Amino acid sequence: MRSRIILLMSLSVLIILAAPMVGMHILPWTALVEPFSREPSAVILWYIRIPRVLVAFVGGAGLALGGAAFQGMFRNPLATPYTLGVASGAALGVAFVTRFGIMMIPAGGWIVPIAAFAGALLAVGVVWGVARLRPDFSTTVLLLAGVAMTFFFSSLILFLQYTADLGGSFRIVRWLMGGLGEARWEALALMVPAVAVGAVVVGWRARDLDLLMVDPEIAAGRGVDVVRTRAAIFLGTSLVVAAVVSVCGPIGFVGMMAPHICRLLVGGHHRVLLPVSMVFGGTFLVACDTVARTILAPVELPVGVITAFLGGPFFLWLLVRHRSIFRH
Amino acid sequence: MVVAVFRLNGIGVRFNGAILLDDISFELGGGEFLTVVGPNGAGKTTLLRILYWLVKPTEGSIELEGKDLAVIDRRQLARTVSYVPQTDLGGSDFTVRAFVEMARYPYLGPWEPLGTGDHEAVEQAMATTEVVHLGDRLFGTLSGGERQRTLIAAAVAQGGRVLLLDEPTSYLDYRHQVQVLNLLEHLHRDLGYTLVVVTHDLNATVGYSDSVLALKNGRIAFAGTPMGLLDGDRLAAIYENDFELVERTGGGVPLVVPSRGTGS
Repeated sequence: MRSRIILLMSLSVLIILAAPMVGMHILPWTALVEPFSREPSAVILWYIRIPRVLVAFVGGAGLALGGAAFQGMFRNPLATPYTLGVASGAALGVAFVTRFGIMMIPAGGWIVPIAAFAGALLAVGVVWGVARLRPDFSTTVLLLAGVAMTFFFSSLILFLQYTADLGGSFRIVRWLMGGLGEARWEALALMVPAVAVGAVVVGWRARDLDLLMVDPEIAAGRGVDVVRTRAAIFLGTSLVVAAVVSVCGPIGFVGMMAPHICRLLVGGHHRVLLPVSMVFGGTFLVACDTVARTILAPVELPVGVITAFLGGPFFLWLLVRHRSIFRH
Repeated sequence: MVVAVFRLNGIGVRFNGAILLDDISFELGGGEFLTVVGPNGAGKTTLLRILYWLVKPTEGSIELEGKDLAVIDRRQLARTVSYVPQTDLGGSDFTVRAFVEMARYPYLGPWEPLGTGDHEAVEQAMATTEVVHLGDRLFGTLSGGERQRTLIAAAVAQGGRVLLLDEPTSYLDYRHQVQVLNLLEHLHRDLGYTLVVVTHDLNATVGYSDSVLALKNGRIAFAGTPMGLLDGDRLAAIYENDFELVERTGGGVPLVVPSRGTGS
């Protein structure tokens, strides 16, 4: 297992180092050493490519963290913070500001991420409130409430989109595809603290997750405060995913896939699985984004197209080959 | 004065207007083996969960070694009492050893590795329950009897001297039932564990027990010795069915066989 982790880490470092140099133009290495120069290649590297790669890495890491935590907590291979309506809440926020032209007011590029973040937190709040009405904070109730919210928000998004003008409608659809085209240094100011807080909150409960994954009653029998642990993980990961989605859009499957692959590689202990999943998810999104912006250059594909294109078949393969990952 | 392990005083549980348990009072001494029996829905599992504070009583109080259970921290409780629920250990594929190691949870910080003492506790528990040879096997590949022994191994590794077991022999074939019963007897008689076993099977642990509690409709229908419970009229009243009591060749408590045809 140790050799697999070392291999994964080396591969990830290589990809992250190479990714900023690759794109529509292959940049010379010399651009790297002069971050404040006016040279076009240095500007592209330091103001566009490097922040974009970092946003992709932090975003992928955050989504993978959320997926790993939720899959363990819910003992359900399909559970991700997505399932709980976080992404559709974010999308509703974006659709709202787009439809009513609020995004045109002068607030820099911040209106869309802020609206997405607010929408995501709204969804989290509703799902949380419903689950809190039940004494056991049942995971089934959480999942079903999330699915219900997703449907409800989808109808509102469709309504806003249908009544929007052509331009607005396109912008909503485009946002729903997910993409890192807007990723700048400022985006990291929102994502890095959220992902760091989430990683600490979830990482602190890595042992609890091991036990919850086995059986919630057994976990309680070992001394885990099941309700408090579930609440902390739910809120911590929702914060992470809300921050990531508001910058990157709803990027399908990263959060679901990465933990599954890592579970096959390094096993189910969350003290190993969580950090490995974060590195893997981050690297995976960097790779997908690099492909998305080079494959049809100068046209840029939304990265969500690539991740979902890879994710769907992958999941089918997983279902057929590795039925043992989750046993019910 | 010897402090009782558990002292229940007028415990009641009401949930959405239904009475799950009503006026339950008893004491359990250290090293005692208590079997709780009763028909389906009598409140047996609820009682066990109360002892583990998974269900909070709406009336009465419980003391664990003289301290109010309501104020005992979960980890602290886990160091004294281990709970073995009825479960198929669904979850993911951990090995038997990894699962038993997880039982050291109440002693470890979030990122603290297992220490020498933890490893010793794990080895000893696995040896006692005879699962050492299963160490590298995955849950999913274990037979019912092996799973039950693994669950008990983890409960022992958890370090407490009180074990609460929910239907430990149900769904096991005869050979594995006997294995688990022998293990429980060994833990009780040779190692001095305090055991509370909930079962619907009158032929399972009643004969090994120091005392028996029979529940019916959430109330105590009988509290006393195994021989006191195994009386035709008493069982008929509790289970609303007649029973035949068959003497065993080796002596001890009689075998209980439900009669057919006389019931409604």
